[in-house]
Amino acid sequence: MLRYLAKRLAYYLVLLIVSVFLAYALSSAALNPRSYFENKTPRPSAASVDRQLTALGINDHTPVVVRFGHWADGLVHGDLGQSIHNASVNADFGRRLWVSLRLLVIGSLLGTVLGVAAGAWGAVRQYRFSDRALTIFSFVLLSSPVFLIALFLKNGAIAVNQASGHQLINFTGYETPGLAGGLGAHLADWGVHLLLPTLSLALTGIATYSRYQRSTMLDVLGSDYLRTAEAKGLTRRQALLKHGLRTAVIPMSTLFAYNILGIFTGATFTEVIFGWHGMGEWFISSIYENDINAVVAVNLFTAVTILASGFLADTLHAALDPRVRA
Amino acid sequence: MGDAVVTAVLDEVPVAAAAPAPASRGRLVLARLLAAPGALVGLAVVVLLFLLAFVGPYLTQWHYTDIDYSALREPPSGTHWFGTGGLGQDVYAQTLRGLQKSLIIGLLVALLSTVAAGLVGSCAGYFGGWADRLLMFFVDLMLVFPSFLIIAIISPRLQSGGWIAFVVLLAAFNWMITARVVRSMTISLKEREFVRAARFMGVRPLRIIWRHILPNAASYLIVDATIAVGAAVMSETALSYFGFGVKAPDVSLGTLIANGTDAAPSYPWMFYFAAGLLVLFVLAVNLIGDGLRDALDPTAEAGRRRSTRSERKSRQGKA
Amino acid sequence: MTTVTSPLLAVRDLRVDFAGNRKRARTTAVRGVDLTLARGETLGIVGESGSGKSVTALAVLGLLPGTATVRGSVELDGRELVGLPGNELARIRGRRISMVFQDPLSAFTPVYRIGDQIAEAVQVHQKVDKATGRRRAAELLDLVGIPDPDRALDSFPHEFSGGMRQRAMIAMAVANDPDVLLADEPTTALDVTIQAQVLDVLRTAQRETGAALVLVSHDLGVIAQMADRVAVMYAGRVVETAGVDDLFTAPHHPYTLGLIGAVPRLDRAGGPLVPIPGNPPALNALPPGCPFAARCPLATDECLVAEPALAGPVDHQAACIRAAQLAETRPAPSDIYPVPVFPPPATAAPRATLPPVLTISSLRKTFPVLKGNVFKRKVGEVYAVDGVSLDIRRGETLGLVGESGSGKSTTLFEILALGKPEGGRIELLGQDTATLTRSAAQQLRGQLQIVFQDPMASLDPRMPIGDIIAEPLQALGTDRAVSSARIPALLSQVGLDPAHASRYPHEFSGGQRQRISIARALAVSPELLVLDEPVSALDVSIQAGVLNLLQELKASLGLAYLFVSHDLSVIRHLADRVSVMYLGRTVEQGEISAVFAAPRHPYTRALLSAVPLPDPAAERTRTRLLLPGDPPSPTSRPTGCAFRPRCPIYATLGAEQRTPCETTPPALTEAAPEADHAAACHYPTVELV
Repeated sequence: MLRYLAKRLAYYLVLLIVSVFLAYALSSAALNPRSYFENKTPRPSAASVDRQLTALGINDHTPVVVRFGHWADGLVHGDLGQSIHNASVNADFGRRLWVSLRLLVIGSLLGTVLGVAAGAWGAVRQYRFSDRALTIFSFVLLSSPVFLIALFLKNGAIAVNQASGHQLINFTGYETPGLAGGLGAHLADWGVHLLLPTLSLALTGIATYSRYQRSTMLDVLGSDYLRTAEAKGLTRRQALLKHGLRTAVIPMSTLFAYNILGIFTGATFTEVIFGWHGMGEWFISSIYENDINAVVAVNLFTAVTILASGFLADTLHAALDPRVRA
Repeated sequence: MGDAVVTAVLDEVPVAAAAPAPASRGRLVLARLLAAPGALVGLAVVVLLFLLAFVGPYLTQWHYTDIDYSALREPPSGTHWFGTGGLGQDVYAQTLRGLQKSLIIGLLVALLSTVAAGLVGSCAGYFGGWADRLLMFFVDLMLVFPSFLIIAIISPRLQSGGWIAFVVLLAAFNWMITARVVRSMTISLKEREFVRAARFMGVRPLRIIWRHILPNAASYLIVDATIAVGAAVMSETALSYFGFGVKAPDVSLGTLIANGTDAAPSYPWMFYFAAGLLVLFVLAVNLIGDGLRDALDPTAEAGRRRSTRSERKSRQGKA
Repeated sequence: MTTVTSPLLAVRDLRVDFAGNRKRARTTAVRGVDLTLARGETLGIVGESGSGKSVTALAVLGLLPGTATVRGSVELDGRELVGLPGNELARIRGRRISMVFQDPLSAFTPVYRIGDQIAEAVQVHQKVDKATGRRRAAELLDLVGIPDPDRALDSFPHEFSGGMRQRAMIAMAVANDPDVLLADEPTTALDVTIQAQVLDVLRTAQRETGAALVLVSHDLGVIAQMADRVAVMYAGRVVETAGVDDLFTAPHHPYTLGLIGAVPRLDRAGGPLVPIPGNPPALNALPPGCPFAARCPLATDECLVAEPALAGPVDHQAACIRAAQLAETRPAPSDIYPVPVFPPPATAAPRATLPPVLTISSLRKTFPVLKGNVFKRKVGEVYAVDGVSLDIRRGETLGLVGESGSGKSTTLFEILALGKPEGGRIELLGQDTATLTRSAAQQLRGQLQIVFQDPMASLDPRMPIGDIIAEPLQALGTDRAVSSARIPALLSQVGLDPAHASRYPHEFSGGQRQRISIARALAVSPELLVLDEPVSALDVSIQAGVLNLLQELKASLGLAYLFVSHDLSVIRHLADRVSVMYLGRTVEQGEISAVFAAPRHPYTRALLSAVPLPDPAAERTRTRLLLPGDPPSPTSRPTGCAFRPRCPIYATLGAEQRTPCETTPPALTEAAPEADHAAACHYPTVELV
């Protein structure tokens, strides 16, 4: 088992190194941090720009392999370098990870649980009105870009706010800056800010999960063991809950795994639209800002997450299914 | 033996396939497709959208690059059917142009990525061994490659008309999961008796893949390609939304939506026509995909009925 | 059985329809079935695929899917079950009536432990705590003969062998001492020796609980062995019902008579079987009149008018207007059914003078054992084939017999690969396959063709059958025009209409598909045909026709067959010589009648004894040699004799006599010098009771 794990880890490491090097080379070749410094007012001298770039390790006059070596050396020592604003990427990283986590945990969890429940329910009531309604709801949601859903939610919130005459629902950022008051007030404020993004995440989650769960549940509905469970005297409902649903979630493990780790990489659209400065938003803004070190850090993190998700999916599958366990 | 009579595949539960008049597979699929109202509606919508995108522009005097300085941010009217934009662009002409572009991008990306997935997946699965390991390493590598970064960095550097390259880029990062599924389908098809039979008869490997493996994976590939069309249009929109997609002066639904988002509350026509067409198209394509899955995959429906397993089936397991 | 006491279970005019999905037509599965079951008796329901026998059993328990409509009446002790609400029915299921299903792997929930699933059956109906439920489960596992029940409780279903799973299924079914036990094809998925064990367990369970047993099976032998009374089903109705002896000796319905004639028998040598012509009708398009009329040799115009009802004396009823005539004349199946005449065998030369077609000696093949589906790793090696030797001469049929895991299929694939074997030697038509060049191998492929077990799986569903049949010709580089010219002749050779060449496989019935497979194999005029369980997926009445075809082709074309089967009756019927495999080794081989008349290896003896005969009188007088346990996993290469752990002879030997069995692998030794009969046993002549 250990040998197997070591082999797999080595394989992941190779993939990771290739991918990170590519990201580094690509962003170094294509992004132009020099322009960021040159466009500052007053315009700094060429030497000063060069000095700043070199200090950040992103001077395009240094060969890319050398820069990468320098950066990789820092990485091995746990240092992701400095951002273009001369802040520690490590610190940015931590802060943004926490923001994404706060934003996504509740929404993803809700989406998963409700989606699984809705899918199983739809399967049991296949072709009845409730199943068809759920299907149409999922299809419409799945066919709409996130920003459209967000826009509708925002319009709804505006309507609610106008109707009530208060700023009941807040849809920009994650807290009201400089809010006075105790813990209760802060929590309430947080909740008000979370409502829309959470709703938008949960809705998409429900739509996605219910489609998958519905089809795995349908496969299980015709199974022999469900019939056995009924033959020994369980009612249909008991058999479905205890024997059917438990088996039908097994194929969902891949989806679960990617979703769990997806919480850390953030939800780009949701963050951008609702003004949360999380990982997803960082991904976009760092490209806009020609911030090479941040871009590479985000890409490194994404690659690690994808690999870890694959591993987690397998582990989760084995945990859920005794047939797969060694 | 007398005339060919279709016998029930499922013991004890004679399914409708046991009808005395044998139907050809194509007719069977068509009949199933027609029985799924969602797929029909989807098909009709897609046909209408294509008509709109390619015939619609001839119905108006405005070209998508035209600018009417006399009408800025005008609501829909007899002259400008969908209203005008901030610079006096005709929203109708622009939307149809964007729709054209998005439809073509969606179709091409789906086609390219499905072909790539079919080839890589079936070869990896059939040949196994080193070929498999190499191809799967490639698939894994593509999966961890920073695809978004690559597209975001390369596409702004493409000249207008470089949308073909954009299509290739989108397709290049969109085939890996399908390839994996095709690979595992191939591995199980390879053990199926008709493929074994062909192998033992001395049929060459590439011929087996072409004649036996791919046709039997076709239903999955078709369904997947259908859904990929929708996914590609969505990706295009997302990338264009962040300014990484189609370049001005060319337009796509994505760029129109991106430009119209901020105007949406005050000038809804600048946003909702494009957004509505996008949702309509993706929805239609998804409905077709879902209907096709039911129609093409014989287990999709039979498996859902609680069928008593036939003795034939379990006796197969004995060998 | 003629007493007037009310029956335990009474089924009256049971009808089952399945609603068509979406816009499809309704289909009928059961069309008016009457059955009665007395306390403690065993009722056998026999019928072919689609006859409605399983649906009937499921309908009794109310276990049909929601698309089914059940009409008629099912009374248990006078209480009507049809139309009972779900929760009340649930209280009866598993407590008063319980069920044993066909496929025990899919019938257990894969994610729960066996013990928990059995304890659940106890706890649903009895107010006991978890520990008691578990204890009871262990007792039940012990009752059905599962060794080390306490450990078995914690096993998952996939960790059990098929036989063990079916035992556990029976344990679960009798957990609440039911009055009625419904067993739906309980042994169909199992090997013969395991089938014998499970039937024995079923008898034990019945004895312990006093339950009445309804045994649904397609196997006349199993029915003859187990049942007191039999109901024969055809096209969704009971066409004949009688006591088991009456039914087998004097059937009153031509269908029953045909079935009995169509079964190859262990106790009879070759010759043509009696095939019932045609196929069973589709139940949603039944013509008026008797549904069997189209296949019945006795049918008259009257049969086409109205469907006869089940009639006759209460202890022997048949649904046929000629029942009285059949009862009186008692014809043999071949008296009323047309039987094909085979051309005389081409050669009668002594075996030694015939040229060898295939010779295999000491073949070996190992596979790596991988553990885990996700975390795959190699943990050992399976000796799938470890010492197989056989030879086939021109025009000869060798029957290769063995149970699951005996290495039959591996042996076949090694032969068909035409490559260098891992160990041992394969010679095809005098050429050592290890030394073949690619083009020589390609040429040799034309001499060696295969027919697979499952005619649906072995034909590409996406190709018209004409293309399928032409494929081996094209693989050998035959011109397209030449190969398509051959197709009509091939089709008519196997008894199919040449005009159907452009149809797809799914448009044919199982028997016809197997004929297509045979036509494909014949396309390149091979010398040797490998037949891998060619009839085991077919119903008996269809199987007879295919077996007859094979015999006829052999006689007219002088083909050699390597006929692989788990069914000894079929082997007995078709083969000239037989080779018995156990755990990857050849344990006995020789001329068929010599081996079957006086088997020398205890495994062969057990196999022969385990095959049920379609003859209730003979079944009652037979002594049965039951093998204990399952075949061990071939991962560890045993020292000495591989059969030792299950060997009834070894069990009776003294310590000293056991030494050769424990140390030396027995070699294949002739029964007498020059005799075509050899066995690999140290004690081939020890008598067994």
